[in-house]
Amino acid sequence: MALALSAEQQAIANGARGEGAAMAMRIVAATARLMGAPSLIPIASAHIDGALYHGDSGTLFAEKLALGGGKVAVRATLNVGSLDLTGCSKNRLPPHERGMARRMMDAYRTLGCEPSWTCAPYQAGHRPALGSDVAWGESNAVVFCNSVLGARTNRYGDFLDIACAISGFAPYYGLHRPENRRATVVFDVSGLDPAFLGSEVAWPILGSLYGREIGDAVGVVAGVAAHPGEDALKAFGAASASAGAVGLFHVAGVTPEAPDLATALHHQPPQAVIKVTAGMIADSRRRLSTALDMDRIDAVAIGSPHLSIAEFDQLEALIGERKLKVTLYACTGRHTLGALEKNGRRKALEAAGVVIVADTCVVVTPILPDIEGAVLMTNSGKFAHYAPGNTGYGVIYGSMAECVESAVLGRPVFEVAA
Amino acid sequence: MKAEVLVAGQPADAPALVLTAPISFWGGVNPKTGLIADVRHPQHGISISGKVLCLPGTIGSSSAAAVLLELVSAGLAPAALILHEPDAILLLGLIVAQEMGHVTPMALRLDRTEFGEFVDTKLAIGGDGSITPS
Repeated sequence: MALALSAEQQAIANGARGEGAAMAMRIVAATARLMGAPSLIPIASAHIDGALYHGDSGTLFAEKLALGGGKVAVRATLNVGSLDLTGCSKNRLPPHERGMARRMMDAYRTLGCEPSWTCAPYQAGHRPALGSDVAWGESNAVVFCNSVLGARTNRYGDFLDIACAISGFAPYYGLHRPENRRATVVFDVSGLDPAFLGSEVAWPILGSLYGREIGDAVGVVAGVAAHPGEDALKAFGAASASAGAVGLFHVAGVTPEAPDLATALHHQPPQAVIKVTAGMIADSRRRLSTALDMDRIDAVAIGSPHLSIAEFDQLEALIGERKLKVTLYACTGRHTLGALEKNGRRKALEAAGVVIVADTCVVVTPILPDIEGAVLMTNSGKFAHYAPGNTGYGVIYGSMAECVESAVLGRPVFEVAA
Repeated sequence: MKAEVLVAGQPADAPALVLTAPISFWGGVNPKTGLIADVRHPQHGISISGKVLCLPGTIGSSSAAAVLLELVSAGLAPAALILHEPDAILLLGLIVAQEMGHVTPMALRLDRTEFGEFVDTKLAIGGDGSITPS
């Protein structure tokens, strides 16, 4: 079916709102034609992942949109950049790359994007309404937006996210269409020990397994007795979207489009049922660790996705009055930094040996020290997935309690009381 | 033989490079050299620059377009791309490159079962999607 543009969309493409908006509309329309979308739909908001520096042409692209007078037509928050503009942490980017990364971050602000610089915009006050169409980038934000908020977005990549935000429209296909949001696979966790399901590590481990098993299908998790909490769903989504190409999951009785299993399946039989066993969980947990040497750690990192204030509360309680022997990098956004600055919490954490990383994180820009054969301990399924390739660090996976205890003692420690 | 034109661009006359496994451009191709950088890929170390690149499949990182745009701006892009199926995230790199004023290679769609006869040949790609040995 050929793409039909409305009179308003055609006018924008012809320059009615300036050359920046015309370029954005041409990019959206070209993508719609490529994917066979019959029309474009208005969007309510955007989350932009394109401001992370991969090379000079990305910077020049954003500057060209800005030079053409491009401005976002809808609310657009920004994902992490390559630099910590708050000055909380330092990185080792060479001067040319640092300059171009800075220009890129500036260009996206000129386009009217909010300097939120976080991969958890949904915990920084950006929560689109159930059933609304949006254009979000960053895999964990996409999956949270679709699954936990029930807003509708495809996985928007570099360039297309900002083009949708400026034009105000997105191609109508994929997860924007209600019929494509039906779960076709049941991921049944009812056979697992309830004590495991209640533990902090359960959701990142389950998410990692889910992503590998499901790929890009839509699935529904069945057999969860109680709402696990928003930070658990955040960890599950992030792990699933880094291990697979997950854009939307449902949890029966928990997420908004799944009041019960039958509704998530749109009252049709599933194409497959995965009965999750204790053995599959043990295997998934093992796969999260890659380090050959389980006797050393060189750094600890938490906060992928970015830490919430509730997670900082937990971190402070675990550290108590103690000092850390190994640096713990706590990645977060400005939305929590304000609260941490208010009553001296940031200073106390830094005095204990925590480095707060804001606006960015340790797997997208060189912050961790360059050490041969180094090992990183983390409680994040997403950090565990990306750290080996992006930082060269081997990974040891553990709960936040195990991460803190290991940082205090300077060596990996497991199975401490939470 | 004639293929569907996914993205219009420059006609080409260049050696074919038929990949035997899907590739992720981000992390899989070095944007500064055009060499296949994924150590687990069967064609690791081979250059895709100036070739008629036949892709049996792509693994979708959302930054694949950024890598293709970098290759086009550096003059290191393939001479043409032939894909088994359209990949919006990758081909956005060509769409954006055109907006940035670059001359870009064409992207065509052709069933991967046809790729076998292209191995070790030189191909002329016409603006209408025609593919002929040269």
